[in-house]
Order: sequence, then C-alpha cells, then structure tokens
Amino acid sequence: MTQNADNVLDHFNLFREPEYQEMLKNKKEQFEYPEPQEKLVQVREWTKTWEYREKNFQREALTVNPAKACQPLGAVFAALGFESTMPFVHGSQGCVAYYRSHLSRHFKEPTSCVSSSMTEDAAVFGGLNNMIDGLANTYNMYKPKMIAVSTTCMAEVIGDDLNAFIKTSKDKGSVPGEYDVPFAHTPAFVGSHITGYDNALKGVLSHFWDGKAGTVPALVREPNEKINFIGGFDGYTVGNTREIKRIFDLMGVDYTILADTSEIFDTPTDGYFRMYDGGTTLEDTAAALNARATFSMQAFCTEKTLPLIAEHGQEVVALNCPMGVKATDHFLMEVSRVTGKPIPEELRKERGRLVDAIADSTAHIHGKKFALYGDPDQCLGLAAFLMELGAEPTHVLATNGGKEWEAKVRALFDSSPFGKGCNVYAGKDLWHMRSLLFTEPVDFLFGNTYGKYLERDTGTPLIRFGFPIFDRHHHHRYPIWGYQGGMNMLVRILDKIFDEIDNNTNVPSQSDYSFDIIR
Amino acid sequence: MSITAEETQEQIVAATKARNRALIDEVLKVYPEKTAKRRAKHLNVYEEGKPDCGVKSNIKSVPGVMTIRGCAYAGSKGVVWGPIKDMIHISHGPVGCGQYSWASRRNYYIGTTGVDTFVTMQFTSDFQEKDIVFGGDKKLEKIMDEIEDLFPLNHGITVQSECPIGLIGDDIEAVSKKKSKEYGGKTIVPVRCEGFRGVSQSLGHHIANDSIRDFVFEKAGAKPREFTSTPYDVAIIGDYNIGGDAWSSRILLEEMGLRVIAQWSGDGSLAELENTPKAKLNVLHCYRSMNYISRYMEEKHGVPWVEYNFFGPSKIAESLRTIASYFDDQIKEGAERVIEKYSRLTQQVIDRYRPRLEGRTVMLYVGGLRPRHVIGAYEDLGMNIVGTGYEFGHNDDYQRTTHYVKDGTLIYDDVTGYEFEKMVETIQPDLVGSGIKEKYVFQKMGVPFRQMHSWDCSGPYHGYDGFAIFARDMDMAINNPVWSLTKSPW
Repeated sequence: MTQNADNVLDHFNLFREPEYQEMLKNKKEQFEYPEPQEKLVQVREWTKTWEYREKNFQREALTVNPAKACQPLGAVFAALGFESTMPFVHGSQGCVAYYRSHLSRHFKEPTSCVSSSMTEDAAVFGGLNNMIDGLANTYNMYKPKMIAVSTTCMAEVIGDDLNAFIKTSKDKGSVPGEYDVPFAHTPAFVGSHITGYDNALKGVLSHFWDGKAGTVPALVREPNEKINFIGGFDGYTVGNTREIKRIFDLMGVDYTILADTSEIFDTPTDGYFRMYDGGTTLEDTAAALNARATFSMQAFCTEKTLPLIAEHGQEVVALNCPMGVKATDHFLMEVSRVTGKPIPEELRKERGRLVDAIADSTAHIHGKKFALYGDPDQCLGLAAFLMELGAEPTHVLATNGGKEWEAKVRALFDSSPFGKGCNVYAGKDLWHMRSLLFTEPVDFLFGNTYGKYLERDTGTPLIRFGFPIFDRHHHHRYPIWGYQGGMNMLVRILDKIFDEIDNNTNVPSQSDYSFDIIR
Repeated sequence: MSITAEETQEQIVAATKARNRALIDEVLKVYPEKTAKRRAKHLNVYEEGKPDCGVKSNIKSVPGVMTIRGCAYAGSKGVVWGPIKDMIHISHGPVGCGQYSWASRRNYYIGTTGVDTFVTMQFTSDFQEKDIVFGGDKKLEKIMDEIEDLFPLNHGITVQSECPIGLIGDDIEAVSKKKSKEYGGKTIVPVRCEGFRGVSQSLGHHIANDSIRDFVFEKAGAKPREFTSTPYDVAIIGDYNIGGDAWSSRILLEEMGLRVIAQWSGDGSLAELENTPKAKLNVLHCYRSMNYISRYMEEKHGVPWVEYNFFGPSKIAESLRTIASYFDDQIKEGAERVIEKYSRLTQQVIDRYRPRLEGRTVMLYVGGLRPRHVIGAYEDLGMNIVGTGYEFGHNDDYQRTTHYVKDGTLIYDDVTGYEFEKMVETIQPDLVGSGIKEKYVFQKMGVPFRQMHSWDCSGPYHGYDGFAIFARDMDMAINNPVWSLTKSPW
C-alpha cells in the first residue's frame, strides 16, 4: 500500500505503483483474452504505412474522430449572443444536456438552454404539446426577453413545423402574442455546428426585420452610418469580440455586434449567478437592418445570413477568420472604406509591433511544416498567417469543409511560395489526419483538444487551436483577431517551438550542446 | 428552563423541515399551475421511518424547465457500452451525439487506442439527409466492412442508435445479423437506444443490459472460451472506472482472496462480459444501471448478486464483510485482514481532513447510485448531507436512500435549473456535488463545488485509496482561498 494521507496519490501516480501494475497485468493476461503482442505490434506499425493510408482514404461510409459537431450546438451558441435570450431546442432532451456540457467544458462557464423534452409519444403525435408547455414554462421560470427556438434531428425527422407550433403556442397563451420567439430549423443531418449558427442567426434577423413571422409589418430600412459585425461560431469569442470592440472604438466606428457572446461566456465569480449577461439588445438587432454594411469574420458560418442581409440592401463583407498582418490590414481597410473612418495611428503602431515581433522570431518558424484542422474559416485564416510567417501549412483539413472551401484553400496555397506542395482535405476526419501525419510528417499540428490523440500517436507536437479546447484553460479569453490576436498566436506558436527544441536538446553528454539559454 | 441535547436536536430538525417545506412551496410558485402540480410530486422533505423519500420518480421531464437529464443513447453508449474497450461502438445517426460524448466520461482503460482498444475514439455514421430519406442500412453495412478492414483487432461491434434510426424504420438488427454471419460469428450488437426512448438515461441502461443478454450471452454459449473456474470468482458489475474507480475496488477484492473475472464495464472487454455468468457472485455497485443484467444472471445462470458501496471506510468495511459472507472463512478472514490493513491509512486521512471538514453541509444532485452511496464517505469526514436527489432514479433508489439520509433532508427528483439554484441560494450549503452543467452556476454564487460524475478531473474515489483522494478533494474545494475573494472589499 503506497497511499498516504500526507501525500495523497491520485490517478496520475497511484496506478503506477507496483501493486496496481501487477494487478492490471494479471487482469489482462487472465481475463481479457488480448491479441498476441506480435500481432498488436504488427497492426500498430501497419497503421502507420502508406498502404494503410490508402485504405483509410478509400473509406466511404465510416467517419472516425470527426472535427465537427451538429447544427443545434451552433444554434444554441448564436442564441446565447442575444440579450436575456433563452435558447430552446425542440426535440429530445439529451441533446440539450450535451450542448450545455460541451460549451461549459470549453468556456468553463454555465450554459443555459432548455429542451422541449420530446419522448416516444411526441415521436408519434408530434411535439406540439411539448412546445406549448415548454414555452410557457421557460417564459415563467427564466423570464427571458426572447426565446430562440431550434431543433434536434428527432423533431426534424418527424417534420414538426416550428412556425405553426409557435403560432399555436401563442394562441394557447404560452407566451404573449407579441413576445419574440424567433426560430430556425437546424437538422443535425445537414451541415455542422457552423450551419446551425448560420440558420439561427438568420432566423433571428429575419424575425426582427421581416415582420416577426407575419405578425407585424416588415421593417423598412432607413440606412444609417453604423456597421454590423458577426463573429461566427468562435471558441475565442470572449477575447476576439472585446478586441474587435476596442478596434472599432479606436476608429470611432459606430457598430452593432450581432450575437455578441463575449459577456455570457465570461461572467465574474462575485457571489451572483447571471443567467443572462450582455448580448445584442433586441432593439439593436432590429435596428441592425439600417446599418450601412455587415462584416462577417467567418464567411462559412454565415452562408445564408449574409445573402439575407444583402437582400435587405446592405453591403456585406465576408472574411475568412482574418489572422496576422495582411489579413488584419485587409479587415481594417475594409472597415475604413465602408465607414469612411481613417485607421488611427495607434493601430498602425500595433501593426508595427506585430511585424517587429515576427521579424524578431521568424528564423525559428521559417520553413517549418504545419498540419492544421478546424472549422473552414479558421483553417483559412491560420494557413494564411502561417505562410506570412514563412511556414508551410502542409496539411489543411476541415471535416465540415466543402468544395468551395477546398478551392479557396488551394487558391491561398497558390498565392505564396510557402503554399507549394501543401494539400487541402475537405470532408476528411482526424483518422485521415493520423495517416497524413505518419506518412508525410510535419513539425507541428494545430487543432482542438482531440488533437492530443494525434500528438500521442504520431509524436507531432500539438498547438491547441479552435474549438473545443477542454484540456487547457482560458485560451478563449485571448483574441486571435487584430494585430494583438496575431501577437497572441505568434507567442503560442513560438512557445511550443522553443519547448520542443529544449525537450530535444536536454540529454546530458548527448544532445545538450544545443540547450541554449538564448534563442 | 433546561433543554436536553435531544430536545435541541429535535428542534433543529423541526426547524429544518419547516424551512425545507417552505422552500419547496416557494420554488413551486414560479411555475404555471399545471407544471407546479407535476413538479410538486418530485420535491419532498424526508421523514424518518418512511419506506421511501416520498417523491415520484422516473417520470417524463417537464418541457422547457431545464432538466439536467440526458437520454437513452447517453445511458447506453455513454455509460454501459462505451467503456467496453476492445469493441467498436458506432454512434449511428448524425454526428453530434458521438461528438459530445467523445471521451468525456473518463472511463480509464489500458490498451493501444486505435489498434486493440477504442474507448476514446468517436466512430459515427455521420448521417446526411440522404441517409434519412433513403435509410441508413446500406451505409451501416459498409461501415462494418470498413471497420473490419481498418481495425482488424476489434473484438466486436455495437450499433448505438441515435434518434433518427427508430424513426426512419432502419433494420439494424438485420444488418448486424447478416454481418455477424459474414464475419464468422463475430459479436455485433444492435442497440435500440434512440434518445427519445424513455424519460432519461435510465432506459438506455436497461436497453443496453438487454442487448448484452441477447447478443453477448447468447452468442458466447455458441463458442465458449477456455476458462477455469475457481470457488472465489466474482465479477464487478456497475463500475465504470471513472478516474480508475474499478481498479481501486478490484485491488481490495483481490486482497481479500477473491478472483475478479470481469469488470462491467470500466476497463472491460468482451471476453469478460462473456465469462461473467461463470462467476460465483456478482458484486453490484451501480444498482441503477446494471441491476437488470444482474437479475437476469441470477435467474438464468444462478449467479447471486449483492450490492456494495465502496465510498468511505465505514461503507467499505460493511461491504467487504457483506461480500465475504457469501464465501468461506478464508474469505471472511481476508475481509478482516483488508479492513485491518487499511485502518491506519483511513485513520490518518480522517485525522488530517475531518477537523477541516467537520460539520460542513453538502447538497448533492447526481445520477445512478451516488446521491446515496457517497453520503457515508462525507459522514466519515464529519460532513452532513442536507439535500440530495437523482437525475434518473426510480422508486427503488429512493427506497434505498432512506438507509442513508437523515430526518428532514431535502429531496429533489429530476431537479430543474431554477429549483436547484433557489434551493442552494436559500440553504447555503458549504459544498455542492453535481455535474458540469451545474458547476459554474454555483461557483459564480461563491459556493464550492465538486463534479460528482467525473470526479472533476480527479479520482479514483472508490476503495480505501480512493477515500484519501476524496477527502483531499473535498477539503481542497471547501477550504480554498478563492472563496474568500468573491466579494470585492470596497
């Protein structure tokens, strides 16, 4: 027995003790009927080969370790960005438990969201009664200013009609007739979480702008000088949105952040639980119709929302998660062009500081090969930044990327000598990535928390990037947008590079000659 | 006027009961009338001597109230089947369910992931619209072929149905049967755990248990493995090895002289499942999720089962003796030997932590067995449980709870976000033990919190080794300096 009260051993060390090691060995040998060791080694090594890679890439039906989630997750995320809004997901209740857990594990914040808790009887008769009761309960209990409805795949498969259901619920008195209940159908078997974000945001905007499902006259656009800003589904929403607000304030731009999730995912611990905090006000959401233009930082998160906005007479500026110097330059110049506001000296100085930092460190990044996966826009933004740093984005993969995205990434590769020999993989998963990393190794991997399995299997050091990040804390508080965001990413990359160099040069009398204190 | 200590205690209990009843009345006020009526049946104050906790349970959640419950898929894939390490569990349907449940439950295991073990991987059929419209059976067949091709060392496959499967009329049983035959009798288990079935995770446990009965036990009979029984063979049932719980339990059973032939299902393998009916006794930790299969093995194979509780030294000692009572003196002596062996550690843990935790109050809201099972461990540290409830318990759980809770304890079944928040706000416990969805709500309120599903990145909590960790963690949560900082000094 090695446990003791003065130095408590938990799972990290307890099971390394000899009595446990012996126990686990016996369990395996006597009861698990394991495969022979030689066979295990043989198959393990085979999975690293080109032959395996080819088989792996021939998969047509099976998905293994995908880098995407389903629509309603994005819909819930978008809904949480509106003032005192309760996301209401119509369908099975287990889904909502999953979305709440998933978002809370990333942001380390509460995630409020309700379900209409449909079960077998609703599968047969439809979920109308669940909607009627559910809206009434949510309205009375949590007193939201708005309830934003989306759907799970169950409700979609049986064909529940949200528009009709909400109307009936209002007729039955669940919520007042004029109460705002925007909705979006968000089938999990179409697209991914970014599609759900898009559908939900479009649902909210068309609700306010187009006559609240036929209950009031559509708003008439009275153009003003403001701009709207949409961040998209963004694991860095807290840091990013605040950075964008700072930049807009510096420029003197009058703006509305649509679906502003920066407060709800960063509430203080001060003795008080805020079920709602921040968010785009309903008035601002309606008035956003009048803006001169709308900027989307993630075009693939707003494929339907932007056309809706454009149809209402606004200019739309679609970006792909601008990161680094050139992308931020472009973003700021577009903001300046649209608003007529000059880019202030302060931002020019920030730009210079980022360029300075890159110049100081570029020797350590230049020519390094990177693999990266994530949402389509984030891959585009990061790949462009890497090339700007003189690095090669060797493998770029998005499970929820399509043909259009693939073409965009190719065009990006073609725009720089650092894109030569790089490849893009649309619709592939992390088991494909595993084969890529074994057969065409790179120096570093960018990806979310699930990338740690790739790091473990292939030995490719992981730089955490994207969503979800469960196993590192507080990354969401630091922006990746703006020159400041570029600086954050640069430091994150460099820290990993230097840690790796140190870890590979620290064996006394073998490799420690390169264990430099100045790098 | 002199008041005896007993009278004072009675007065305290009476006051607690009155406060708790008033609190229940208060929280019910927020609901529309119909909902208030429904929710009232799930909230109660425990009265000593009653056979259960006086709440209705295992009933549909009310729409729109923010239930904390999950679904049948979560009960089957997430709890029962997911930890079986040498099989591949297909999340069959759209991508989300498998994604959100991917590796989030900390079911520890030993193995080469992706080669001979697959627990922390997400295999999904990633349904698209065309699969909904035309059905997914063909796709499922192909998926199984691809699994056989790319993961040749897998020992079996399960099909974990997501909601659409049961709605579009897919025949996963036929596909599984066909493919099993094609692969020479391979174990392929279709599981009808669509999320809309039942009212919570609970039905998923039951369905998963039944699928083991039908597709593992039946099959195992056809091609028995070589297995030599001993008189001391037991199987651990209902331990998911969260943070290594089953391991810190197994070691005690082995030390008392028993031979653990299977773990269900944490760090478990198909072979272990198949051999379990050969056990002399099934020892059952999570009654809620695995009583079904235990009863079946008792009826069909004559294997008795006994519930045990490995949280905290009092219950561990009691349980070791109960388990030993099914065996001869050698094992009974073994149990005493184990209790003796760990008594010093136990005393040291209590000496160190009890003074820091004595008299502190706890509110629990968890699933499975924990709303009652962990109470003893807290009491070993001098702490008091002032409220508890089950996410998906049944009446037999609330009956068993009476052996653990004190007179006047607040009971809440399938609690809603609103109710739980108001109750904690009023009662102001020193600690809340619940899940990830609740954690940050209460921490914002300045209330120390521990996740009691996942052990909050810690564990194991089972067994004597686990008790030391449990004590350390509760101390670390409650006596953390951060809680003195929540109010600004100006």
